[in-house]
Amino acid sequence: MPTLYDKLWEEHVVDRQEDGTCLIYIDRHLVHEVTSPQAFEGLELAGRPLWRNSANLAVVDHNVPTTDRSKGIADPVSRLQVETLDANAKTWGLKYFNITDKRQGIVHVIGPEQGATLPGMTVVCGDSHTSTHGAFACLAFGIGTSEVEHVLATQCLLMKKAKNLLVRVDGTLGAGVTAKDIVLAVIGAIGTAGGTGYAIEFAGSAIRGLSMEGRMTVCNMAIEAGARAGMVAFDATTESYVRGKPLAPTGTAWEQAFAYWKTLHSDPDAVFDRVVEIRAETIAPQVTWGTSPEMVVPVGARVPDPSAEPDAARREGMTRALDYMGLKANTPMSEIYIDKVFIGSCTNSRIEDLRAAAAVVKGRKKAESVKLALVVPGSGLVKAQAEAEGLDKVFREAGFEWREPGCSMCLAMNADRLEPGERCASTSNRNFEGRQGAGGRTHLVSPAMAAAAGVTGHFIDVRQLSSS
Amino acid sequence: MNPLTVHDGLVAPVDRANVDTDAIIPKQFLKSIKRSGFGPNLFDAWRYANEGEPGMDCGKRPLREDFVLNQPRYKGASILLARRNFGCGSSREHAPWALEDFGFRVLIAPSYADIFFNNCFKNGLLPVVLTEADVDALFQMTASSPGFRLTVDLPAQMVRGRAPDGTVFERTFEVDAFRKHCLINGLDDIGLTLQKADKIKAYEARRLAEKPWLGTDLHKALA
Repeated sequence: MPTLYDKLWEEHVVDRQEDGTCLIYIDRHLVHEVTSPQAFEGLELAGRPLWRNSANLAVVDHNVPTTDRSKGIADPVSRLQVETLDANAKTWGLKYFNITDKRQGIVHVIGPEQGATLPGMTVVCGDSHTSTHGAFACLAFGIGTSEVEHVLATQCLLMKKAKNLLVRVDGTLGAGVTAKDIVLAVIGAIGTAGGTGYAIEFAGSAIRGLSMEGRMTVCNMAIEAGARAGMVAFDATTESYVRGKPLAPTGTAWEQAFAYWKTLHSDPDAVFDRVVEIRAETIAPQVTWGTSPEMVVPVGARVPDPSAEPDAARREGMTRALDYMGLKANTPMSEIYIDKVFIGSCTNSRIEDLRAAAAVVKGRKKAESVKLALVVPGSGLVKAQAEAEGLDKVFREAGFEWREPGCSMCLAMNADRLEPGERCASTSNRNFEGRQGAGGRTHLVSPAMAAAAGVTGHFIDVRQLSSS
Repeated sequence: MNPLTVHDGLVAPVDRANVDTDAIIPKQFLKSIKRSGFGPNLFDAWRYANEGEPGMDCGKRPLREDFVLNQPRYKGASILLARRNFGCGSSREHAPWALEDFGFRVLIAPSYADIFFNNCFKNGLLPVVLTEADVDALFQMTASSPGFRLTVDLPAQMVRGRAPDGTVFERTFEVDAFRKHCLINGLDDIGLTLQKADKIKAYEARRLAEKPWLGTDLHKALA
């Protein structure tokens, strides 16, 4: 009996070759400025037309400034990349949210927000965090630029089916423990290559209990566990999020769609190639200590000691990571002081994330030792919603900066970045060397934990802070 | 795409597990709108002693002498020997573009991240998977034998070399039949897919008829 992934895969097979390579139909293609210019150029050079205009939605997000945009983009190289998408969207007639559109934002935030992501779709984008959209019972995954061109030209991709991995999180999450902590704990358990070759379905009562925002956070980081795609079955939570979105069906089309969407789950006797089970009660707020998302511990723990690691390759990796991070083994995580806070990214920049951070910040002040605490909403609509709820005031009053939407300091392609040696509590997804700026040191945490670090100056169990 | 059949080349080792695509080509170089010219910035933060920015003349930048690709013995290497989970992280095809532009044609590692692995084949770059033990053995041979070369025979799916002590290293490897065919012949897979345009059109027409909500005009609905 099929899994959710099996169903989504079979539904989209256009053609099957002898060696098992399949031609898979792509329903939705999201486009941003970084990975698309060479693909449009390729189409043009080959004289190929766009296959289906309405499958594509384009937006600028990686290079955009998060401060006053009326001055344009200062960096000429970034500006050229944004202008190239402006021009390509015009030439190819794509629906496009440019830098001045109030719906502009991070590609993985705006897709669901507009209903461009609907259950049962195949969703691709030249960005590895496309796995985010799997939260809607979609088959969603990141692709390279050659594949971007392939989708633009053919509306299909050539690929082989992945294996099925079930990650089941049952039980009840403790107060202050979030979707981010779940996914960091999963990555800590299976490693950054644990999901390589698999599509992950996240299931269990703790996953079903998450909002769509939470499910998107979990699926977003499936790629950090090595899996191109992560997904969650369709249910009433999915239904209520999708209903009323600009691109969601209405009337009889809704009824027809809804009848189909209700089938988007693994059958009760579905067989998975691998199953990982985690109890929700065992998950504490997580903090990464190294340069890979799998280098993660509960906030109450200490920085691991490489000398206790039996595997030589791992030991060497840990030693190198501690050296880069400027940390000593056995230091309590709560004694690590930070220079900057970043609340944002396609992992954690949705309204629920901003509410969670604001709840911690409210009535407190940014610690004096913290040079900068950035809050970057995921989209113009998230920003407007947060402002309607007064969250911007909460942040500003505490000394946090309230910015315009974009990818920002998750990968520092715009002006927001860490300076060499600076340490950051970040709600983003990657703590790789140099990710947030050359020499920068990233600790991945949930929005509530980032806010808590921002007001105390060091990592602290957010549950202690709330009760104090 | 350049075809790849039998490749003989000098081997350079990068002895770290989980090398991510941010390390292979840092984000500031992703601002380029071109497909070429990324080679000088391959492993930029490990290779140079100063911080790289687009447009710099890399020939004038200070080098980190200890980084393997800066060592004279590996000059001209075209086979990269790596550790497990090579190419993890982002989907940036700039990573294989940079490797290829630098001069690599073949990678050998125990495992790769999925998106990176896939991107390699689109750019005439062959990622060979060998066991951890075989990769270990190759690291030792490379270290102890300056000028160590391997021959990678894609049609025969074979890696061959000679260890310093004269013993022959010979291993077969797996590769998808379709990817092998495309790489050997330097085929553009968009062209191949478009040969099936009728099948795609038929599938699409059926799909949009059965699930009309998938065909919404974005320009109208998001006006």
